[in-house]
Amino acid sequence: MTVRDATLDFVLRVGDSCLILGQRLSALCGHGPSLEEDIAITNVALDLIGQAQNWLAHAGELEGRGRDPDSLAYFRDAHEFRNLVLVEQPNGHFGDTMARQFYFDVWHYLLLAQLIESSDETVAGIAAKSIKEVRYHVERSCDWVVRLGDGTPESHERMQAALERQWAHVGELFEAAPGDTALVDADIAPALSTLREPWSRHVGEVMAEATLTVPDKPPSRAGVRAGHHSEHLSYLLAEMQGLRRAHPNAEW
Amino acid sequence: MATTRQQRPTEADIWSRLDAVTDPEIPVISVVDLGIVRAVAWDDDELTVVITPTYSGCPAIRVIEDSIGDAIRDLGVENFRLETRLSPAWTTDWLSERGRERLRDYGIAPPACSAAQVVDISRIMNRRHRAIACPHCGATATEPVSQFGSTPCKALYRCQACLEPFDYFKEH
Repeated sequence: MTVRDATLDFVLRVGDSCLILGQRLSALCGHGPSLEEDIAITNVALDLIGQAQNWLAHAGELEGRGRDPDSLAYFRDAHEFRNLVLVEQPNGHFGDTMARQFYFDVWHYLLLAQLIESSDETVAGIAAKSIKEVRYHVERSCDWVVRLGDGTPESHERMQAALERQWAHVGELFEAAPGDTALVDADIAPALSTLREPWSRHVGEVMAEATLTVPDKPPSRAGVRAGHHSEHLSYLLAEMQGLRRAHPNAEW
Repeated sequence: MATTRQQRPTEADIWSRLDAVTDPEIPVISVVDLGIVRAVAWDDDELTVVITPTYSGCPAIRVIEDSIGDAIRDLGVENFRLETRLSPAWTTDWLSERGRERLRDYGIAPPACSAAQVVDISRIMNRRHRAIACPHCGATATEPVSQFGSTPCKALYRCQACLEPFDYFKEH
């Protein structure tokens, strides 16, 4: 695999994760538990979709087949998506949504903090722009984990259960894909395994403050790195892509 | 209609025309005050205007691009291009003093401090929020309600003195 192909795959993994999580969160527009939270969720969705647009534009350039962000978002099928399995998980109740967000945001921030030093200038530029937005995402999801964990007995119990459920998908956050060694050698991206220690430390600190217990079971490993998605992605894509595919040449 | 070099507007003329293009979501502040317009330059007979988006997903950017295009055509310039530049990333440190005053007059508290550099993740939580003065009564006894407001660039605050809610243009 060439460095260019490996970069393309990496950029798709980050961009698709932003896109799919943005799509998931968008579904909560008008359904937030309070007006402020509704606005917060949709703002985070907007940031992620905007970031996905930047990443997918770069992916299109690297691929060199003339595909723009819209064609990549709307005209690929589930097996071509490279997002984390974590972000395609259903919204569930608010605790499930925040557990998924918390694990992702902490990882996303730590990854971007490394990518701002990337030798690929476009990657570094998108990361530097994104991290300013993601700082607010991290602040919000950590606050919610503490609020719900250290809240009422019921919110505590449901937050703990939600974090246990999503735990099954965190192993993949630190898993290397086949081309990753080449990216590390070329200073394009960090080895994802190096994010595990700071991620575990921060997640542990927040959960301790929230009076929650970090799950002690090993996270399962099989994920998109191995080419697998959960059953949920196809349904999500059907909704996201349906209109565009029914009217492929429509313009606003 | 081609403009000759003698007739064409100077870069200063263009800056001043763009200073009349307002943000569609905050119509009291111009795209120049916001720091969205980064550079204006003639290269032979082609004008290049460099702009930088505020937030990655800010939906206002399309309208802003159209308005900038219209403003340039108003000056009789047809041969121009808009270049979008992501790096260096837009920051509220680029807001002009006049822009900050206009925000305050409009009821939006301007950024209270310089945008933070990338910080260690452990410093994000429990961040001590700076005192944000209420744009209505000036009191500093205010509290954040949510870091996310009606547009990506604003947070929601409440004044404990006059009890009014207000928007804060968050440092970024």
